[in-house]
Amino acid sequence: MSDSKQHSKHHENGDHDHDHSHAHTDHSHWSDMDLKVKTLESLLVEKGYIDPAALDVIVETYETKVGPRNGAAVVARAWNDDAYLRRLRENATEAIAELGFSGRQGEHMKIVENTADTHNMVVCTLCSCYPWSVLGLPPVWYKSAPYRSRAVMEPRVVLSEFGLELPEEVRITVWDSTAEMRYLVIPQRPDGTQGWSEEALAEIVTRDSMIGTGLPLVRMESKA
Amino acid sequence: MNGLHDMGGMQCHGSVEPESNEPIFHAAWEERALAMTVAMGFAGKWNIDISRFARESLPPDFYLSKSYYQIWLAGLQSLMLERGMVDEKELETGKCETPGLDVKRIVSAGEMPAALAAGAPVERGAVVEPGFAIGEDVRTLNINPKGHTRLPRYARGKSGRIAAIQGYHVFPDSNAHGEGENPQWLYCVCFEAQELFGQAAEQGNKIMVDCWGAYLEHA
Repeated sequence: MSDSKQHSKHHENGDHDHDHSHAHTDHSHWSDMDLKVKTLESLLVEKGYIDPAALDVIVETYETKVGPRNGAAVVARAWNDDAYLRRLRENATEAIAELGFSGRQGEHMKIVENTADTHNMVVCTLCSCYPWSVLGLPPVWYKSAPYRSRAVMEPRVVLSEFGLELPEEVRITVWDSTAEMRYLVIPQRPDGTQGWSEEALAEIVTRDSMIGTGLPLVRMESKA
Repeated sequence: MNGLHDMGGMQCHGSVEPESNEPIFHAAWEERALAMTVAMGFAGKWNIDISRFARESLPPDFYLSKSYYQIWLAGLQSLMLERGMVDEKELETGKCETPGLDVKRIVSAGEMPAALAAGAPVERGAVVEPGFAIGEDVRTLNINPKGHTRLPRYARGKSGRIAAIQGYHVFPDSNAHGEGENPQWLYCVCFEAQELFGQAAEQGNKIMVDCWGAYLEHA
């Protein structure tokens, strides 16, 4: 269990701003991995199983084209266009494809809408299922044991670890991605954003607000 | 399989540590590991359920202590070894000793954007009516298969209600073992948090779990 010990030591240090901050071991570990992965790639190319230029395209796709900006555009449109929101409710996969977002790990999409009394959050307790087509690749914490184990049983505590304290009366619905359905949270539109353009609205829609572990950047004013 | 991957409800893993301004990849090798895993999927030698089962079947101490891309890499290597696509010596040296096996498809750089955008839908044409109705009370079976399943331990033998009918989907429990797609109706089942976790959970919270018909019985 020495690795998990290092894991918790790393957490105590809280050195999240360093390079490779999620590394379980020191930097020499990474060069080992670089070498190991290069070796594997050259073998698979020589075997005729893959085209290395195609790997570049995959990396570029998830680094520059497919990411949370896609989901933010969907949310902003949903906030601004009731007809679009209705299409999302009816068939989210098709409505999301209208904006040009489709494909891998987004083949079967559903939206889940936050309301004044229900907050939604998404997890995959069994592996790392995540709506790539709208959010890109999942962050490390989403794939981590602490999130996967605790989101279903004590979601409110987990949310507090993201700095999100929900009002006591708000109930939490957790969506466990056990099948190929992929869930996109539609956060509540913050007050004070009436008349904003879709572009301006998309700016305040964070990745975490679409997983349910955050809210849009403009915090909603309490009505109390 | 009742493995470590089935984490829902465990309490031993500490707190969640979100990383601020997290990069998409933390090292160059992670990029290639992701890309190789995705690209090798097109070879047609396995499906997504087989690859999930390969990761779940890694040694538990490895699964728990390694990063997710290390798990993916190890899963990929084990899939290729099992199928004779590579051997141990080749993995170690990177030198090709025997010619590669025939594969279904090698996606070129030019074809890749369309291949990624197409994805791999798992909904099939239904040949029967759904066996459960929206709003119906159901109970999950207390199954403990040694193979792959997508019914988490925390949701077995529990009472819930059908919240939605999701479609007629490939069944992972058979598809992961070369026993065919066996598509069937998939239901979104709503569980009260306290039905699953007792007093440890908050009253009024809900957990939604997508369950194939084979996991359910009428309440």
